[in-house]
Amino acid sequence: MSILEYNGGACLAMVGKGCVAVASDLRFGAQATTIATNMPKVHRINDKCFVGLAGLTSDNQTILNKILFRTKLYSLREEREIKPSVLSNLISTMLYEKRFGPYYVEPLVCGLEGPEDKPFISAMDLIGAPLLAEDFVLIGSTVTEALFGICESLYRPNLEPEELFEIISQCLLAGVDRDALSGWGAVVHIITKDKVVSRTLRGRQD
Amino acid sequence: KKFKKNHEKNRGYRAHYPHFHVPYFRYFKMGESDYSFSLTTFSPSGKLIQIEYALSRVGKGDTSLAVKAKNGVVLATEKKVHSLVDETSVQKISYITNNIAVTYSGMAPDSRVLIRKGRKKAQKYFRTYHDPIPVAQLVKELAGVMQEFTQSGGVRPFGVSLLIAGYDDQGPQLYQVDPSGSYWAWKASAIGKNTVNAKTFLEKRYKEDMELEDAIHNAILTLKEGFEGEMNENNIEIGIIGEDRKFRTLTPSQVKDYLGELE
Repeated sequence: MSILEYNGGACLAMVGKGCVAVASDLRFGAQATTIATNMPKVHRINDKCFVGLAGLTSDNQTILNKILFRTKLYSLREEREIKPSVLSNLISTMLYEKRFGPYYVEPLVCGLEGPEDKPFISAMDLIGAPLLAEDFVLIGSTVTEALFGICESLYRPNLEPEELFEIISQCLLAGVDRDALSGWGAVVHIITKDKVVSRTLRGRQD
Repeated sequence: KKFKKNHEKNRGYRAHYPHFHVPYFRYFKMGESDYSFSLTTFSPSGKLIQIEYALSRVGKGDTSLAVKAKNGVVLATEKKVHSLVDETSVQKISYITNNIAVTYSGMAPDSRVLIRKGRKKAQKYFRTYHDPIPVAQLVKELAGVMQEFTQSGGVRPFGVSLLIAGYDDQGPQLYQVDPSGSYWAWKASAIGKNTVNAKTFLEKRYKEDMELEDAIHNAILTLKEGFEGEMNENNIEIGIIGEDRKFRTLTPSQVKDYLGELE
């Protein structure tokens, strides 16, 4: 059992037409024991920038605090909000600094950036190697096989926000049903240039 | 072996105050000038005399000026060198990044240290964020460096004032940084020998929505006002940045064209 599989958990982001959707499951467990069913893995950095963290929960919390520290200082010093692409590079640098004693996290960054609110998604491994995708990214070492398969089948580009919500919800719920260490419901955020719509889904409670 | 510190050796009362280099009998009659040797000591009127001295060094340097237009910034500077010096090897306008450049008045060696530090900081920023450093951030960093040298032991302030020009997401920007570490954003400014006259001249000619070409024209005219001797394309340096966000120094032949337009 790898340390990245200890807590389980899954997080998924997809690009739509002028929007981005990000979703995660709600389970928090220690191997076979489920401790809580209300722990989302997606966090808001600013209205147009969200970070998802899968991997060891302990390191998730530490890295999240470090990210919040850096982004808050950034917005105070630069008097502007951080862009998702810049945040992605920042997290990549932070993780690589610990190359030989890494944080056991797999981060995901998504949001809208620029004057045209262009969608941006990216995911990284535990030492910060970035993956910039045009369609979808997912993290969570226990669910990758299941989720990749279903996302490749169901995803198509240029989906409107409401359609994207349907697709991402179906993908995530079906994917975590194939994994013992993820599930217990999901939370989905649809990010558009005017608003963020967040919905909590009740899936299989096992 | 135990090394005794200054105040442990038998040097008398004055050993406790190594920074007071005045004779003991003058200790009770301190004037302004008595504080001028030590940077880290305020004078009775609240000044740091070393910084005042640094500013007078800047005031002896060759004039540099800059004008911000609505679509760019122009830096212009005198480049007075001895007739035997190869003027093509002297660079008073230096790049910190592709879209930020700096010129100075004062001690060239000091300016080189700051430019080096500025370049490194800009690259460090890019290394972390993969995003070019905003002009304001770079200015804050350089001003911070200059301030450090006004509050540390064993160092002296930098003998330069910098004019930093750049173009980023906030548009064209121009900043001046002084030896004290203070910085201001300017619409147009001049530093060095001719600062007072040049600023008066610029104030009269400045317009809010000036185009870059007008700004270049005004900059050259202002430089000519205070220039001692004949101004030609080899003893001035002009640098401009426009909406393309790429800073470039004009070649002597381009400068000659602008000078020709003046007549």
